[in-house]
Amino acid sequence: MTKGMSRIDGRLKVTGAARYSAEFTPAGMVYGVLVGSTITKGSIRLIDTKAAERAPGVLKVITWLNSPKIAGYQVEHGKPEPAKGTYKLFYNNKILFNGQPIAVVVADSFERALFAASLVKAQYNADPHHTNLRDNAAKAFAPEGDGTTKRGTEDAWKTAPVKLEQEYIIPSEVHSPMELHAIIAKWDAEDKLTVWTKTQGVQDTRDGIAGIFKLPKENIQVNSKFVGGAFGSALQVWPHEVAAILAAKAVKRPVKLLLGRADMFTSVGYRPYTWQKIGIGATADGKLVGITHEAIGQTSTYEDFNEGPIGVSRSTYACPNVNTIYKLAALDIGSPTWMRGPGEATGAFALESALDELSYELKIDPIELRMKNYASTDPESGKPFSSKFLDEAYKLGAEGINWKDRNAKPASVTKDGWMVGYGMGGGMFGAYRDKAAAKAILMADGTLIIQTAVSDIGPGTGTAMVTIAAGVMGIPADKIRFDMGDSSLPLAPSQGGSATTATVGSAVYQACTDLKEKFQKLIGNGGTDHPDYAAILKQHSLPKLEVTVESSGGTERDKYAFYSWSVHFIKVLVHPATGVVKVDRAVCVADSGSIVSPKTARSQIVGGAIGGIGMALMEETVIDHRYGNIVNNNFADYHVPVNADIPQIEALFVNKPDPHINPMGAKGMGEIALIGMAAAVANAVYNATGKRVRELPITPDKLVGMDLELS
Amino acid sequence: MEDERDHALPGSEPEAKDNSRRNFLKQSTLLTAIALTPGTAVKAAEMHVDEKIAAVFEKMPIKMEVNGVAHSLSVEPRATLLDILREQLDLTGTKKGCDHGQCGACTVHVDGHRVNSCLTLGVMASGKKITTIEGLAKGDELHPMQEAFLKHDGFQCGYCTPGQIMSAVACIREGHANSEMEIREYMSGNICRCGAYPNIVNAIQEVKEGGQAV
Repeated sequence: MTKGMSRIDGRLKVTGAARYSAEFTPAGMVYGVLVGSTITKGSIRLIDTKAAERAPGVLKVITWLNSPKIAGYQVEHGKPEPAKGTYKLFYNNKILFNGQPIAVVVADSFERALFAASLVKAQYNADPHHTNLRDNAAKAFAPEGDGTTKRGTEDAWKTAPVKLEQEYIIPSEVHSPMELHAIIAKWDAEDKLTVWTKTQGVQDTRDGIAGIFKLPKENIQVNSKFVGGAFGSALQVWPHEVAAILAAKAVKRPVKLLLGRADMFTSVGYRPYTWQKIGIGATADGKLVGITHEAIGQTSTYEDFNEGPIGVSRSTYACPNVNTIYKLAALDIGSPTWMRGPGEATGAFALESALDELSYELKIDPIELRMKNYASTDPESGKPFSSKFLDEAYKLGAEGINWKDRNAKPASVTKDGWMVGYGMGGGMFGAYRDKAAAKAILMADGTLIIQTAVSDIGPGTGTAMVTIAAGVMGIPADKIRFDMGDSSLPLAPSQGGSATTATVGSAVYQACTDLKEKFQKLIGNGGTDHPDYAAILKQHSLPKLEVTVESSGGTERDKYAFYSWSVHFIKVLVHPATGVVKVDRAVCVADSGSIVSPKTARSQIVGGAIGGIGMALMEETVIDHRYGNIVNNNFADYHVPVNADIPQIEALFVNKPDPHINPMGAKGMGEIALIGMAAAVANAVYNATGKRVRELPITPDKLVGMDLELS
Repeated sequence: MEDERDHALPGSEPEAKDNSRRNFLKQSTLLTAIALTPGTAVKAAEMHVDEKIAAVFEKMPIKMEVNGVAHSLSVEPRATLLDILREQLDLTGTKKGCDHGQCGACTVHVDGHRVNSCLTLGVMASGKKITTIEGLAKGDELHPMQEAFLKHDGFQCGYCTPGQIMSAVACIREGHANSEMEIREYMSGNICRCGAYPNIVNAIQEVKEGGQAV
């Protein structure tokens, strides 16, 4: 049991009182269900909604034929339709991906809407589709941005005495939060809207809806107090949200719309299938000479999704010559989106696998190889790091897993019929700080209220914010109320990119500091360190005292490079006959500045590690390329880790403040918890078996029958 | 705003719109007339009365006890226990994660046994005693498993948590919590995507070892 405050919203969560997006019932609410395309590319020739419209309880069926015009979709008169852009719901009869919504059916009960949706029949003109990246890699194109870069000499690795070149593949993975994406849309007036929706950012969702429906932002209220996980899937306004808002207007009633689990595979993004090739070379004593990192990632035909998986090769190690090539292949699948550790998780699998391969070629311990190429300043920008204690993290992790027990010779240790192996892999992610505001109100009864529009998808944002406020104000946590998940509250960015504590936490810190100062001024004579706030308010006949502050970083970004770091150590057992891999032990170390909320921070690292184990061993979206549809679109076939797959996981923290990022010295940790884990597992599997798996996930079929090979 | 909640049942009419069907439903004698009189039936068909009749015959009366409270309900035979709990009884603590019995978020106790309420039709639960997460605590006093989940941080986003807790209580009652391995195995029907598994196991072990009645 870790010390630290328990979650402030924990009681609501363990009693079932926490209400998520689909769990409100505005008066007169009805239900919407989407109908998805059964072809992958082409156009709708006919769509028959008569049977659905006649079905009991049905209020409305909307398709591209009768959809009201959505203001934000319209192209300015005389201008051509842009070649690419956000997907437009019911805009025309074009089919761009399998499962694309072609109708929304609204009825007075969920069952009736679901049944009626099954009665909507479409006929299509199907065109040939392309869903396989490997067959379409030749058509890949360079995205906008810095995908292709060069530092030093191109392909310098080829000149190194010890070198290797290998290809690495990660399949498409889906976020699969336990809560289905859901929205309740309610029009309060012709141009005024309230929604309860699953989002990582109520204000970004508000702004997104405002753009699509051309409404003033202030006319839109977005609520999302509890979010049942998201991992990146709730960072934008998705078509199902547009459908519910449209439908609510059409039937003049609030509409609730939940995606089904199968829709969660097609309609709210995913981590893109990515092919990578790494060429890496070093001197005989292990100094890196050059890295060439090439990647082709999947995107849709209508949007370019650029997550920059090659960035890790530029900034992780001190290497004089690095060049990267990044391309996108447009496929007839919905757009990918950010998924925990976006870009870096993909890139780190390739880089940290390649480094491990190199360590065996060089016969140098993988930790030693990393220390030989330790970057003390950012190799890319030349700036000093704001803080970096990754060397300490290596030591902590190596001790934690008993790295000295690792046999450097692969496939040399067996225990109770299982092959034993150790591996490690590291992660990095930019430590960001955005702009946010917070309001702090001290009430007459001594209660402190903190308000900001942030969301909490699970890490325990409220708990961290209350911890910060309690520390600054010297007030016990149970006297602090934290209001969030409401777009009318002070400015907060979406919860993403591991930036919430650094960003919103700074605003809360500043608001509390300013509020305390206000009290100090009332007291006079320099005040006191522990003011009795309620007494001072009473003394001055004030009902309350409040401040609202906006906070953002300053010029420190010009001087320093900001990153969080992690390293994962894994011990695996591999069954020689069946190829089953069991993670026996995991030790994960984060160098992410000061730890604000130890108990929830530990859970966040453990959770990210488990996500990484899923990525390594089981997660894979399987498309039947003949039809272009996902065949494992459910939890029985798309495997995520379950309890039996996961051992006790040790989460360790360097816990040294970053002196430059923010007043708390805290950097993000949500992404680094996962980044590098897939390589750590793959490296451990190699150590156990001598088999290098370069295409995830490491399922038993890739290792099966080793007992025969060995005998 | 977040606090806005009224407990009107979904589908209840906020205003006059579409009231004709509701009024019709109240006039059950007319239904009998339709069945007996051909002329009326033809006319009724033209008026889409078939839909209105369906509305009545689609529903089945059931009685069930939920968290100690007796309920007489009228449900569609195809309505799942999960949707009845969430949409009709406003007991939203029981979560919908997959509708296929694959994730465990909807776990409730039916006559003391854990079941996936998404795979249970409401009509199958007729005459049974249901306990949901809302019925686990005794007033303000949390169930020991709820306390243990809080203490061990057995969750993050909280969405799978009600199902995990209902499963965890059953896991001990069934005698399947005798070792860490056994707990992991018997809790594997409840997916936690945030990855709180080790904490969940620790919570269950503590309750089991504490010997409290569950």
